[in-house]
Amino acid sequence: MTVAGRSGVEVRLEDLRRKYATTTALDGLSLTIAPGELVALLGPSGCGKTTALRLLAGLEEADSGRVIIGGEDVTGVPANRRNVGMVFQAYSLFPHMTAQQNLEFGLQLHKVGVDERRKRAKDMLELVGLSAHANKFAHQLSGGQQQRVALARALAIQPQVLLLDEPLSALDAKVRSRLRDEIRRVQLEVGITTLFVTHDQEEALAIADRVGVMQSGRLEQLGPPTEIYSRPATPFVAEFVGLTNRMRGTVRDGMVDVRGTRIPLVDSGVANGPATALVRPEAVTLADNSESGDGPLVGTVIAVAFLGAMSRVTVDLGDTTVLAQLATSAASLHPAGTKVRLELRPDPVLIQREEPTSTAS
Amino acid sequence: MNRTRRLKLQAFRAVVFIVLGAFFLVPIAAMLEFSTRGREINERTLNAWGSIVRTPDLTDAITASLEIAAITCIAMLVLLLPTMVWVRLRFPGLNRVVEFICLLPLTVPAIALVVGMVPIYRWLSINLSSSILTLSFAYLILVLPYSYRSLDAGLAAIDLKTLSEAARSLGAGWFTVMWRVVVPNMSSALLNASLLVVALVLGEYTFANLLAYENLQVAIYYVSLVSAGTSIAVAVASLLFAFALLMILSFVGRPPSPIAKAEDADISVGQTVGLSGGLIGRSR
Repeated sequence: MTVAGRSGVEVRLEDLRRKYATTTALDGLSLTIAPGELVALLGPSGCGKTTALRLLAGLEEADSGRVIIGGEDVTGVPANRRNVGMVFQAYSLFPHMTAQQNLEFGLQLHKVGVDERRKRAKDMLELVGLSAHANKFAHQLSGGQQQRVALARALAIQPQVLLLDEPLSALDAKVRSRLRDEIRRVQLEVGITTLFVTHDQEEALAIADRVGVMQSGRLEQLGPPTEIYSRPATPFVAEFVGLTNRMRGTVRDGMVDVRGTRIPLVDSGVANGPATALVRPEAVTLADNSESGDGPLVGTVIAVAFLGAMSRVTVDLGDTTVLAQLATSAASLHPAGTKVRLELRPDPVLIQREEPTSTAS
Repeated sequence: MNRTRRLKLQAFRAVVFIVLGAFFLVPIAAMLEFSTRGREINERTLNAWGSIVRTPDLTDAITASLEIAAITCIAMLVLLLPTMVWVRLRFPGLNRVVEFICLLPLTVPAIALVVGMVPIYRWLSINLSSSILTLSFAYLILVLPYSYRSLDAGLAAIDLKTLSEAARSLGAGWFTVMWRVVVPNMSSALLNASLLVVALVLGEYTFANLLAYENLQVAIYYVSLVSAGTSIAVAVASLLFAFALLMILSFVGRPPSPIAKAEDADISVGQTVGLSGGLIGRSR
């Protein structure tokens, strides 16, 4: 797969394994990133995403497996000879150098001439909108500006691959969102193959061409953000990406019956029997129930969380609670204490063959 | 804070400053006074100071001590800094072991260390060299705890792992990482460690005397048997040298970051005391 209109090289991780004492960080990870593509690795702490990135950078060695960049096996090549640019989670600008000198550092090591070095550093600072800050030291820049300089520094050496190790996690929400968009803009402009590691699903879904969800050193699912969200391959992916209601039901003929509502399954080949359906909060809508009496989907609103344009409503059905995500204007019709009737949209759902629990996760 | 309280605090600070100043300056002033006494009452002369350069044994000892200080300093930096960086980056589990080894000389009495080293120095003098410069080896062990502490504080003040990995990802080999990233970012700590080494070496007496070498302190002792004025003049001169080093410490090698400045300030205070102590008294 090649991302249309973009340059860059293909990156392949083949059956990478890495163990730390008794902990398995990577358990046979295989991943191919198309030229110019931005893939985000998403997962909880300790799932192995950072280890994968560090193996690709050459900062750690794999126990087994191969790392191939642009068709060349670089598994045993040290970090300084891999031609890989990296932006770190912690601020990594050299404190004794100005922004310009930070950018020139890598270029000097790549034996770029003085004039070309200055020009390229200037161009890169311009690319990240920091030309006016070229002569500032790290401590004179804000966190967001430091990360932008770090991005420019990583790109200045014209690497084959760009690696982003949670570069936004130290920033506040507003800067984070702005810089996230900027990273994507720069990545598209440069057309470089990029691996982005994050534990923030919103970040991953917002900027990646494809998202890989990891758990216990393995890739659970790799696909476009919309597919990851709407057609999760495993219960773990469904629960990790976005919120999910776990509702008891019965599988019958490729559909699951949840409290009288029949919902199609993502995997229609599931055997009949009791199961837990994983239903997204936005697939739940509310209707006023002041007159129609009781029923399996009738409950009482116990909390309304205001999220801006959207609100999250928690409904108590007696034996379980269900989350519904609605437009704030719709949610305002159902304040806490109101009796409501739930309606489940027939979006395909995943089911889980385990003892069901009663709360949203 | 109200005005009365502020005035009281200022008065307290002034008193502390005067008392501490007197504690340091009165003995030095007394030494200065003694070293400039003439034969007659109320006569002032710089004869004792002039005899410093006219006493060959003393000038030789000063030269030798400065050479030993320089060699020890370079050896310490070359040996300790890469080791500490390497251990922190690659074998963090060994950090405690290295710390223990480096601090060990603090716990062993100087006399015990010397007794242990006598056979080594005997072998050295027979097979290699009997030069006083070989004292650098013993002093390297002696300065390990102080240098370790200083460098440890410097390394703790920077994000060594991230900075070195950033440099490596930009194409830097290990030497470049050390020379162009680590060293400039801990220049204060390196300077502190170096000044401590110089201070300790210039103030060392026990090792040199028991191993039968004549360094600065041993020479001062011998001169004091003949001319108390000259020995005091040398002692004052070495103190002034220490103050000059402290001034260098205060003005040179400051990193641009105000955060780093704040962190280093603590180190400097602690080491200033150590430096003065090392020169005022004969160490160990």
